[in-house]
Amino acid sequence: MLRLPAFQYKKPRSMREAARILAQEGPDAMVVAGGTDLWPKMKRRQMEPKTVIGLRHLSELRRFDGNSAKGWVLGAGLTLHELENHPVLASNYPAVAEAARSISSPPLKTMGTLGGNLCVDTRCNYYDQTYEWRKSISFCLKKEGDTCWVAPGSPRCWAASSTDLAPVMLALNARFLLVSGEGDRMISASELYQDDGIRYLTKADDEILKEVHLPAVNGDVMAFLKLRRRDSIDFPILNVAVWGRCACDRKTFEDLRIAIGAITSRPFVAEDASRLLVGKAMTPETIEQACEAAWKISRPLDNTDLDFSWRHKMVRVWVRRALELLVQRSALS
Amino acid sequence: MSRNTQNKESLNVVGKPLRKVDSRAKCTGQTIFVDDLFLPGMLFAKILRSTRPHALIRKIDTSRAEALSGVRAILLGHELPITFGILPVSQDEHTLAIEKVRYVGEPVAVVAADEEAIAEEAIRLIEVELEELPPVMSIREALDPSTPEIQAYGDGHNIHKLVSLEFGNVEEALSRSDVLLEDLFFYQGNTHLPMEQHCAVALWDPDDRLTLWSSTQTPHYVHRALARVLEVPAARIRVIACPNGGGFGGKSDPFSHEIAVAKLSMKTGKPVKYTATREEVFYCHRGRHPVLMKSRLGMKKNGTITGLEFQTVLDGGAYGSYGVASTFYTGALQTTTYQIPRYRFQGARVFTNKPPCGPKRGHGTPQPRFGLEVQLDKAAEKLGMDPAELRLKNLVQPNSLTANWLQIRTCSLDQCIEKVVEASSWKQKFRRLPFGRGVGLACSCYLTGAGLPIYWNSMPHSGVQLKLDRSGGVTVFCGSTDIGQGSDSVLAYIVAEVLGIDPFHIRVVTADTDLTPVDLGSYSSRVTLMTGNAAIQAAERARELLDEIAAQELKVPKERLAAAGGKIFDCENPEKFVPFEKAVQLAESKFGTIGTVGSYKPAESPGKYKGAGVGPSPTYSYSAAVVQVQVYTDTGFINVEKIWIAHDVGRALNPLLAIGQIEGSVYMALGEALMEEQEFRHGLHKIPSMLDYKSPTSADMCEVETFLVEEPDAEGPYGAKECGQGPLLPVPPALVNAIYDAVGIRIDEVPVTPEKVLKALRWRADGKAPRYGPQMFPQVPYPEAKMILPPAEGGDGRVLAEPASRLQMRGE
Repeated sequence: MLRLPAFQYKKPRSMREAARILAQEGPDAMVVAGGTDLWPKMKRRQMEPKTVIGLRHLSELRRFDGNSAKGWVLGAGLTLHELENHPVLASNYPAVAEAARSISSPPLKTMGTLGGNLCVDTRCNYYDQTYEWRKSISFCLKKEGDTCWVAPGSPRCWAASSTDLAPVMLALNARFLLVSGEGDRMISASELYQDDGIRYLTKADDEILKEVHLPAVNGDVMAFLKLRRRDSIDFPILNVAVWGRCACDRKTFEDLRIAIGAITSRPFVAEDASRLLVGKAMTPETIEQACEAAWKISRPLDNTDLDFSWRHKMVRVWVRRALELLVQRSALS
Repeated sequence: MSRNTQNKESLNVVGKPLRKVDSRAKCTGQTIFVDDLFLPGMLFAKILRSTRPHALIRKIDTSRAEALSGVRAILLGHELPITFGILPVSQDEHTLAIEKVRYVGEPVAVVAADEEAIAEEAIRLIEVELEELPPVMSIREALDPSTPEIQAYGDGHNIHKLVSLEFGNVEEALSRSDVLLEDLFFYQGNTHLPMEQHCAVALWDPDDRLTLWSSTQTPHYVHRALARVLEVPAARIRVIACPNGGGFGGKSDPFSHEIAVAKLSMKTGKPVKYTATREEVFYCHRGRHPVLMKSRLGMKKNGTITGLEFQTVLDGGAYGSYGVASTFYTGALQTTTYQIPRYRFQGARVFTNKPPCGPKRGHGTPQPRFGLEVQLDKAAEKLGMDPAELRLKNLVQPNSLTANWLQIRTCSLDQCIEKVVEASSWKQKFRRLPFGRGVGLACSCYLTGAGLPIYWNSMPHSGVQLKLDRSGGVTVFCGSTDIGQGSDSVLAYIVAEVLGIDPFHIRVVTADTDLTPVDLGSYSSRVTLMTGNAAIQAAERARELLDEIAAQELKVPKERLAAAGGKIFDCENPEKFVPFEKAVQLAESKFGTIGTVGSYKPAESPGKYKGAGVGPSPTYSYSAAVVQVQVYTDTGFINVEKIWIAHDVGRALNPLLAIGQIEGSVYMALGEALMEEQEFRHGLHKIPSMLDYKSPTSADMCEVETFLVEEPDAEGPYGAKECGQGPLLPVPPALVNAIYDAVGIRIDEVPVTPEKVLKALRWRADGKAPRYGPQMFPQVPYPEAKMILPPAEGGDGRVLAEPASRLQMRGE
């Protein structure tokens, strides 16, 4: 069997201490909560931290409080299983519960966490392989090599973002609380991500995602849809989250966001597509225009399951389905 | 064999939905698999594998690995120069590559160390210098004379095997047809995915005897390979097949790792264990061959078949494995479902720089079956006939000989078709469902055991020994291997039925070459029929002894005795009985120690031509399936709504196990039809992991309704025929036939992926041919076909002196 490499495991007493250890150990340290992604990746030597800092036991990471006026705060250590079943999420933030439910399989959801999914490593089928396999192609840009096999002429890594919860947070315009030895800072969800398969998060190495702040919803509607071969277990090869706020006349959305993930290294808000629908009647024609705009800016590559040109076509279909679901859930007349 | 046709009502154990004899241990995680074995002082082995698909080995430097603390032995190819292979005609594998590597993942060196982690570190310290050769990664490249040769033997440039057989003048038959269909099909390769990885433990003991525990379906053949390569007398080697966590054909070859751990144990004097990683299981492979097919089928207006010409090319991977048999199997069973009066088959297997292909559930027959059943669907449409009617019209007759001289015994395919047609409301649905939804039908046939052993000999294929003693205990000894299909349970049920005792009282000892008589292994769906018949014979011989003593004791004639409920009693006066335990004691007193034996060997097949050895079976199973699908025209995704399948099993010795085998086959077929693909990129397997190599999980399975059709076959124990492989075959063609019914597109290849469906839908909308599939069939240097006259044309099963071409010129 594949075995874990040797490493030092640290169990901090607080988030502050965790951040301090992380800062001390530098880039050779990583944090772990559920471990559903980290441990297999360490076995395949995709990640070789000298120190692993456990967060699972920290009660600070298990916050779940708020109200409908202020919004809700979710600790990054809540498990995906807790999210998929939480009544507050089910009634007020259904897209969060839907995205959590769609992740992996039931046993892994009892281990995997909110923070873990939001920060999950980018994926690529040249990279998600064992050490020996990767050695056979002289490794790749993301780890130990100097070529991105997906786009060999490219100076950057094109591994695809694989988080299901991030597009939802982008669509909702949630905020993230990061902590480090230096102090805390709050950023908007979209600020956490950048379009680079290696440095896909903007946070500093010694920062830890502690909380997710969901804005108040007040009757806003939302939906999440995920594309993959097997609904039972697979990572996304495309996901779409949509959020809308109905205008007073109940005929249009006064604000709306379409967020798309698992296409490139960064989940993103399809700004043009979203803008096209603000204040417009949601007709098949306007929806199709938004789909077209979303399709235009999406560029999937040959680095994950199924044919990439087909995946590109599916952007239209998935955005359309998500928008139709949004309309269905809204009180638009 | 009177027991084989005994009526159901008189049976007490057979036919009952009992649990398996080993099910509680399995369900509670207590079964001891090979990897659960830990022997004192055991070393752990890791295999260094080739990182390039095709290369000459220039140098291997092990010095850094040798210097690593905890490393006990390193093994290189030159230490084991003798080749091996499952078939006597393809002894082409070395334990470890010697001069050349032929696929990524091929074993190059093995390290045994105190810990697995040390062995892993050590193989990374071994430096291998390779001189790369251009890799040959496809059928087209293999047949291209400018590519390098992978193997130094075979029937042509990168051609492992060529087959060319003709049964009656096919061109003449096709020319008499009203409708002639010509189609190309492709069936992608896929792998077995057993839950348990390959694993072996070897112990060379101080008395120079070797014991190997392995996760293998064929301990007997592994035994032979070990003796050959290690040059140790077979009598000093013991092979124990531990319970297999799934096999599906993937553990039927002798493997490098089995020989390597044995040699390492000989070198170190310590037990050595090797467990494959999941990725390495993909390199062991021996899975389904990718097969390109060309089929020409002639029919009369009334739907009768005039003749069939079928050509195949198999992408074999780098080594022979079962490939010669696989090649024959892509043609042999095309004749066993429908009456095909004349038939020509030409097959070729090429070498490529990929892990070797071999037998996977259905061995070589799902691919041609796919072609034939899809082509029949097209024929039915051309003729304006219902596909079910068309098939019923052409069914083979029970107790008949096919054009290629296969002996059909019972055949209840008609009942299978009728069952699924009725249950699925076929007549209300076919061509009548709204656009986007459809139904498809297909049938199939499979062997109940290969008629010939893998190496030529005239000994039994299966042997059973029974031991009865004064405790009333019964032990069954048999070389068969339980790979999850329930063969241990079948032995217990059968012996219990004959002796009239509780099957859970019986101890079953199997798959141990020191303790058990030879059984050839768990392949070709042979075990229930062959071990079952051997077990009946052994048990009846024991009954003879018990009946003799009971007759004396009860003072009734032997003929009036029966055994059931742990008693031997007088049928006419059941209160008169001898308890089983007492009967054994009396028998032991009279005859001495009680032990009996039974064995089984299939009857000789009528075909006498070269190649006639692949295809014969004591009897054949039949299946029919209807698949209902929904096709999403905006994505190309297929939702399989329901599958109805009926299987002619002869008799289900345990209906629960039979249905389990059938449903398992349906599941595996769906994976092949919709997802699974052995894809290669840069010479490497693209996705050697269970996350990225897609196969449906239990949560992805559709509803399956299974019907057992039971008409006991005199060849099978209590009438049983196989059910573990055949039910896979009708599902892929029925699925693509259903897609055609739903949206009018032909997908002439599997897997059916959403992009293929969308493309074909696009072509349909644009008024182009709505078909996705192979466009060309390569030039294959098939030799001139050997002509064998079919039985109906007065043949004797031998090749005619005159070649086929001359007969054709004369129009005969």
